[in-house]
Amino acid sequence: MAKYLAKRIFYLILTLFIVITVTFFLMKLLPGTPLTNQAKLSKSQINLIYEQYGLNKPVWQQYLLYLAGAVKGDFGTSFQFSDQPVSYLISSRIGPSLQIGLQAMIIGVLLGVIIGAFGAMKQNTWVDTTTTVVSILGISIPSFVLAVLLQYYLGLKAGWFPIAEWGGFIYTVLPTLALGAQPLAESARFVRTEMVDVLSSDYIELAKAKGLSRTGVIYHHALRNSLIPLITIVGPLAVNIMTGSMVVENIFSIPGIGEQFVKSVLTNDYPTIMGLTIVYSFMLCVVLLITDILYGIVDPRIRLTGKAN
Amino acid sequence: MDNEKDILEVRNLQVNFKTYAGDVKAIRNVSFDLRKGETLAIVGESGSGKSVTTRTIMGLNARNADITSGTIMYKGEDLLKKSEKEMEGIRGQDIAEIFQDPMTSLDPTMRIGRQIAEPLMVHKGMKKEKALAQALEMMKLVGITDAENRINDYPHQFSGGMRQRIVIAIALINYPEVLIADEPTTALDVTIQAQILNLMKELQDKISTSIIFITHDLGVVAGMADRVAVMYAGKIVEYGTVDEIFYNPKHPYTWGLLSSMPTLDTGGDELPSIPGTPPDLLDPPTGDAFAARNAYALKIDTEQEPPFFKVSDTHYAATWLLHPNAPKVTPPDQIVARQKKYAEMQQNLVKQQRPNIPVEEEEEQQ
Repeated sequence: MAKYLAKRIFYLILTLFIVITVTFFLMKLLPGTPLTNQAKLSKSQINLIYEQYGLNKPVWQQYLLYLAGAVKGDFGTSFQFSDQPVSYLISSRIGPSLQIGLQAMIIGVLLGVIIGAFGAMKQNTWVDTTTTVVSILGISIPSFVLAVLLQYYLGLKAGWFPIAEWGGFIYTVLPTLALGAQPLAESARFVRTEMVDVLSSDYIELAKAKGLSRTGVIYHHALRNSLIPLITIVGPLAVNIMTGSMVVENIFSIPGIGEQFVKSVLTNDYPTIMGLTIVYSFMLCVVLLITDILYGIVDPRIRLTGKAN
Repeated sequence: MDNEKDILEVRNLQVNFKTYAGDVKAIRNVSFDLRKGETLAIVGESGSGKSVTTRTIMGLNARNADITSGTIMYKGEDLLKKSEKEMEGIRGQDIAEIFQDPMTSLDPTMRIGRQIAEPLMVHKGMKKEKALAQALEMMKLVGITDAENRINDYPHQFSGGMRQRIVIAIALINYPEVLIADEPTTALDVTIQAQILNLMKELQDKISTSIIFITHDLGVVAGMADRVAVMYAGKIVEYGTVDEIFYNPKHPYTWGLLSSMPTLDTGGDELPSIPGTPPDLLDPPTGDAFAARNAYALKIDTEQEPPFFKVSDTHYAATWLLHPNAPKVTPPDQIVARQKKYAEMQQNLVKQQRPNIPVEEEEEQQ
């Protein structure tokens, strides 16, 4: 296990290194700088700013300097907010993003499992049809459309929730719903398919032949076996939530990294864009690592340190 | 024919499956008895209704199954009239089942000890520790080596033969009165098959259970069964003791089945087979369902269904060939040879009862 973990962490670092390199050179290839439209700045002023940010050095030197900084957790200084290091910008804004992301993930997957399981148990009835419709809607409606609809109906019309502010838990409800719809729909569809499969398998038949009640069969045999594969889609769902958060955070004015990412792109704030890209990549890698380890723990067939036969 | 010794009596069972194309008449008026302590083999091709019969007894038919008539009497009560709750109490307690494929019939994510112990916990309300202790005993009984260390293993850590032993342990842990074995050796290697069959026979004596043995393999039947029922197209066409079916078969379908079974005496290059395929049970033919594939078919076979004709007290066959007015036909050579052997066996049986003839001599005659 320790060997496996070490290997995986090495790959994680390698991945991040590649991400940093590719983003760095892509940024350099982009036309324009944050100062492009600043007509008021004189040539010497621009040069001064270039010097301040180290932009006058050759690109390979800039790259090496960036790498050296990144290792120490220093991602440079934001172009937009000249007094703020990128690392500070990110660490002060990651809280709300994590909170909403985790809430959306947990609520989405939990509800999805319940809905999907019910759909499978009542296969080909109105319950099943309803859950299928719900999951198709959830998958096909983009989170930003849902966000606006939620704002209008639950925020503006009903007045139950604040529309675009950030404060306590009540402010997180609408963004969580908007972001959680996709994981909910995906996991409902996934669990339904898995469970229909499992319910028609021989070992379920054997469980019934043992005299287990319907709930006993579902609880002891069907649920565990259909939930294990769900772990595999947690990674893609996390990606879903991360990309969704960029738009949804803007719509709800949440001071998170998603909102910052969009702002940085609009203002050509390269250090922040790069810093955030690395953070997103890191989070994704960690999620994938955790799901892989989790999979080995819950499914005895792919356990890494099992007794050999 | 209410017999004290009967533990299970199936009468006039009819099961249809509702499909978009119409009703598939999977079981068409099947009756049989299972006596205490005996092994009854139900033999037939795929789709002849063997498994549906056992599913119906277990109350585990698919949702589109429709039992249109019949009774299944167990201990004086009709299983078909029982509620789902009552059936749960019977399954795994009074009637247990062994499934065909041991590779898929164990829960892949549950330790096998727990899987074997589960029926005890469900039916006897046993605590987990006590049930596991009993499961361990059962594992030893079915011949799982090193049971103490393996009780916490998962199914994928066992071979196919070992898994089938586990499945048998699950079925027998509550000492059921009736054990249904649905092709328990079909998915196994031939060498393992023999082991599993021996194990089942051994355990049948130990816990005195009655077995319904479903198979399409006549070779397996010979060593296992006391009585045999041959099924074709949702009906039983012939039944009798194992000797009667093997050495004195009367139904042309049984002839076909026996001829297509390779034996050591089988000569020639080609193994005989039954031509054609079983009829479509969406719309079963009038008369004898086997008529279309039957080289010995009479005209009446396509018009009227044959009733059961008595061959002996224990042997009945549903074929018009047994009607007193039917023309005499000669069965295939192999069957004639079998019948000759049967006649010798009967003679020997009679001779054996006479004390003055030494036994050795008879054996030489065979």
